[in-house]
Amino acid sequence: MSKRIDVSDLNVYYGDFLAVEGVNMTIEARSVTALIGPSGCGKSTFLRTLNRMHEVIPGAYVKGKAVMDGKDLYAPHVDPVEVRRQIGMVFQRPNPFPTMSIADNVLAGVKLNNRRISRSDAADMVERSLTGANLWNEVKDRLDKPGSSLSGGQQQRLCIARAIAVQPEVLLMDEPCSALDPISTLAIEDLIHELKNDYTIVIVTHNMQQAARVSDRTGFFNIEGTGKPGHLIEMDDTTTMFSSPSQKATEDYISGRFG
Amino acid sequence: MATTTPPQDQSRRGTGERAPGRLGNVIFKGISTTSGVMILVTLAAVAIFLLYRAWPALVANAEEFADVSFIEGNLWEWVAPLLFGTVLAAVIALVVAMPLSIGIALFISHYAPRRLAQLLGYIIDLLAAIPSVIFGLWGFQWLRPLVEPLFAWLSSNLGFIPLFADYTSPARNITTGGLVLAIMIVPIITATIREVFLQTPRLHEEASLALGSTRWEMIRQAVLPFGRSGIISAAMLGLGRALGETMAILIVLSPGYAINFFLLQAGQHNTIAANIALHFPESSGIAVDALIASGLILFAVTFGVNMLARWIINRRAEFSGAN
Repeated sequence: MSKRIDVSDLNVYYGDFLAVEGVNMTIEARSVTALIGPSGCGKSTFLRTLNRMHEVIPGAYVKGKAVMDGKDLYAPHVDPVEVRRQIGMVFQRPNPFPTMSIADNVLAGVKLNNRRISRSDAADMVERSLTGANLWNEVKDRLDKPGSSLSGGQQQRLCIARAIAVQPEVLLMDEPCSALDPISTLAIEDLIHELKNDYTIVIVTHNMQQAARVSDRTGFFNIEGTGKPGHLIEMDDTTTMFSSPSQKATEDYISGRFG
Repeated sequence: MATTTPPQDQSRRGTGERAPGRLGNVIFKGISTTSGVMILVTLAAVAIFLLYRAWPALVANAEEFADVSFIEGNLWEWVAPLLFGTVLAAVIALVVAMPLSIGIALFISHYAPRRLAQLLGYIIDLLAAIPSVIFGLWGFQWLRPLVEPLFAWLSSNLGFIPLFADYTSPARNITTGGLVLAIMIVPIITATIREVFLQTPRLHEEASLALGSTRWEMIRQAVLPFGRSGIISAAMLGLGRALGETMAILIVLSPGYAINFFLLQAGQHNTIAANIALHFPESSGIAVDALIASGLILFAVTFGVNMLARWIINRRAEFSGAN
């Protein structure tokens, strides 16, 4: 069920401001693609264009193509709501719905499709998704408790369970570990390893060790200065990127000389 | 004996015994504590005044009210219809005002372009500042003629439902009164709900959208549950205002002392507050006590409504998102 995405000549705008310019990228199916780069370089902005979350911000729009499975996500007749149902997203800060129980959080996306699911199907789905997110054993006795009663790392895994419950093609992760402690981070990274068997994963991270640990391919974004658009400088296999990148800027960034 | 300042002992410096700004601290603490206590004292004073003045009427029997022109029977027989009318008018107002307010608040917070939203928010705040007597006059002069054909239609077509039976013109009935109240309380309810909706964390809205929700689904999933306690508080705020509203009802409603649900008939109902305003100027002795007793009952009802709201909000505090 996972699919690849081909991005070509993608420009991202906030109103008049060109935030990211000319991105060409292939995101392979059943693999982890990491996007790294200094703050403000547009990697998160780019990530949000992949499921059309970018345009939630007033005035924001995109030019160019992002093709998944032969279909352009930005074709005129494409409903962004449909895109988001196929391409799930996990955010920087864990955001389970505070008004819902743990189980209801997992089912939140499923219920949106107006499917009337039986109680036993729902229970199966909750267990399968939570197991998939490595959270089942920790919460199985308190599924009716509010999602906000969990720790930060557990909340983030709950958000991942919620995202995979709808069985998306692609999972986007926007710095999913930046608000978490090292042990929770490790749990999420282990989970990413398991998830890539079933999903195409794109992860934005500030942590280069994390990119090296979890990803198969890495893309490096950079920006020339404030007010200038961000560019994809280079993209390659992660091992290549971290051992012998072809661009000087990449090497400087990876070796910690700036950023 | 001359008071001399002892030389400053260096070793005691910095122990906080004479920290700078200490006086300001004491003064501020005094002011804020006094303000806090003032609220309790005021509330107690009102309650005590009402109880003290209402007591003679509360313990009086029917004979003692024989001289009072507007009271038949004992106090409770007199107050019950008034209380019923008060609650009925307030409930009509709330039933009309709540969907309207939630709709306006949602439009302002999530649908309207920013400039329009600001303009609308400003207008809503202005509406909230209009004195109730103006609303009363407006309701009587403008709204009443407007709703009369509607009432006539309702009565002739749906008259078999007791609620709408036997409409009589002019429409100085409880429904018109409730509608005026509704329009009066819409601004305050809308303003409160709008603030709550605007505070919905962007994180939760995006979580919902990223799951593939439409805007309306996002509102149902993230905005409304988050705003639930705020919506209840706003409703209670509006209900409190509707229960106590005097002038608008006094102007619009043709009073009566019945307990029934004939919403379109004039001369059936009255509210406690409007009744006090109507009779207070020409009352004396036990009549005044009776009016104050009705005020005490109104006070108790408003108090009860607020307690109920608080209980509803606390019941699901765990899921409120405040933690």
